[in-house]
Amino acid sequence: MTTLQRRVEIKPTKPWAPSFKDLLPDLFTFVITFVAAFATVGFTPLKGKLGFSVMVIIYAIVFSALLSLIRQDGKAAVNSITTVLVYIAGLFVILPLASILYEIVKRGIGGLSFGIFTTDMAITATDAPLTEGGLLHALVGTLYIVAIATLLSVPIGILTALYLTEVKGRGAGVVRFFVQAMSGVPSIVAGLFIYAVWMIALGNSYSAAAGAMALTILMIPTVARTSEEVLKLIPNDLREAGVALGGTQWRTVAMIVIPAARSGLITAMILGIARVAGETAPLLLTMGGADALNLNPVSGNSSALPTYVWKNFMLGTETSIQRAWSGILVLMIIVLIFFTFARLVGNRQGSSK
Amino acid sequence: MFYEHDLPMTTTQERSFKAPVKRELVSNPRFSDKVFRKVVTSGGYVSLLILGLISLFLLFNGLTIFKSEGLKFITGFDWIVYLPEEGLPSQFGIGAMLYGTIVLGIIALFFGLPISIGAALFLSYYAPEWLKKPMVTVIDVMAAIPSVVFGLWGFFVLMPHAEYWAKLIHKYLGFIPIFDMPANAFSRSPFIAGLVLAIMIVPIVTSISREVFAQTPLDRIQAAYALGATKWTMIKSVVFPYGRGGIVGGAMLGLGRALGETVAVYTVLNLFYDIRIEVLLSAGGSVASMIVNKFGEASPDELKALMASGFVLFLATLAVNLVANTIINRTVRKG
Repeated sequence: MTTLQRRVEIKPTKPWAPSFKDLLPDLFTFVITFVAAFATVGFTPLKGKLGFSVMVIIYAIVFSALLSLIRQDGKAAVNSITTVLVYIAGLFVILPLASILYEIVKRGIGGLSFGIFTTDMAITATDAPLTEGGLLHALVGTLYIVAIATLLSVPIGILTALYLTEVKGRGAGVVRFFVQAMSGVPSIVAGLFIYAVWMIALGNSYSAAAGAMALTILMIPTVARTSEEVLKLIPNDLREAGVALGGTQWRTVAMIVIPAARSGLITAMILGIARVAGETAPLLLTMGGADALNLNPVSGNSSALPTYVWKNFMLGTETSIQRAWSGILVLMIIVLIFFTFARLVGNRQGSSK
Repeated sequence: MFYEHDLPMTTTQERSFKAPVKRELVSNPRFSDKVFRKVVTSGGYVSLLILGLISLFLLFNGLTIFKSEGLKFITGFDWIVYLPEEGLPSQFGIGAMLYGTIVLGIIALFFGLPISIGAALFLSYYAPEWLKKPMVTVIDVMAAIPSVVFGLWGFFVLMPHAEYWAKLIHKYLGFIPIFDMPANAFSRSPFIAGLVLAIMIVPIVTSISREVFAQTPLDRIQAAYALGATKWTMIKSVVFPYGRGGIVGGAMLGLGRALGETVAVYTVLNLFYDIRIEVLLSAGGSVASMIVNKFGEASPDELKALMASGFVLFLATLAVNLVANTIINRTVRKG
């Protein structure tokens, strides 16, 4: 018997995928929607971008429903309407972000220069030209508060996560529940709390450290919850292997679990930083807001980027608002750098698994 | 070492064996482990401690106000501060601000919830594969934008548009009392602040809804399709019934965010110490914004009243969050 060995190339086929002919009616609806919307805006009193967008939405719903009704039935028409609505909802999520990022760059870039990173506002009048003054004091303040808040909240956050995943004590359910609730504490309440403890009860003055403590309260839940998710992903085999080698729980956690989760824990830290770097309300209550550079983090009025933005916005002159937008641009760049960094670290862990 | 011939061979012998006592599988933890567990446990309870301290300190500082104002603190509209030499008792009531806060929350949910659910449906069932990841990133970036940015954007960019929309609503729906306008003041209204809040709560509500929709059992989805359901019929009859609790929880979580938002609201809202039902009018209230507004030049008495307001706000948001998380935990994060 001879076997004829023939290699048959089998291409994956997708019989369900719509062909060009199937897509033609949809394309037709798409075109006619825009044509009709243009016509309506052109020949009726309805004017402007708003009128056009509204007409596009209405025509898209009407035409796609009609088409489905003609080709199929009422149920298909309802399906078409909801499909259009869902796509619009998806668009509405992207639009504000696009607008915000565009406006920040457009309005902030004008006041950006090398000079603003080297000077503060101590001797600059509120309506001085943009070439004078800068946000050095705010940048240093933000650096201080973020560093102190990280030092305080990361150990607490990771200990909380360890308690929830490794020790699993009797109170684990309650702690998890309240950590979740803590992430909803309004930032202004954190500021009031630190003011009540640090200023009223303990008699201290405004300082960067006070602001950092308020941010710590907001940062702990983010760090704790992200760390918990990360530690949950560590396979139990690793823990069992550690114990089987005669390790105590302490050594298993310190030598095996935490090193395995390292990049995830770093992600948790960075996400926490991104969460608090832009907080404004608690800092207004705890830092005092200063125009001069204050290198002492534990005493004296100081400023951070959000309070700098806020102060300049409230001054309301043309140049101060320009300064506010430039401050926002710098703040957003910092937040997005942290955000991207967290993504990169997180993704690297995901792919190496 | 046991060999085969050592083992009991017959059944009679087997019967005479006594079952050995089960060995304890519990070991005494070493000293290092005891320390480790103590340290981790105390670290875990720090969050509880902080929450307890927050309520304790705010309550303690606001206690005199709660005592002197009584229930009027919640229901009263007046915020009048008299200096000690004027000899009159100051009046503190946050009724109007509480009402305004709730109105803002409702407006934010009215606009934010449909968009969030729609976007979550889009991401789960409609979007092409290549679009899903970028869009999830977009939503995460939105969650990371500081509130002061939303505030300034709302003030300078959204407000001119939103004023125009408000005028349209007033023109065509003005016969409904809440869209009535006693004065021509469309800027800095609860409507505009609510729109900003709606955009701010979209990321969290969307991601919770998406998490909920992902839990829908696949066999039910396929069963619905096999019975000839359209996509929408499938969503209506399978996805929504399964995810109802989770969506409610996500909406409440968004509401909690909206209630506690401070800076963004303060930027775009005109605070007004009376209850106005007209949402397009430039007069609204927000407890959190009021605290920032009054804090700068507050007298010692007023500061206590602000602490009391903070306590009320804290309790309200905590309650909303606890309920929301209970609902979400029950529907989504089982086990």
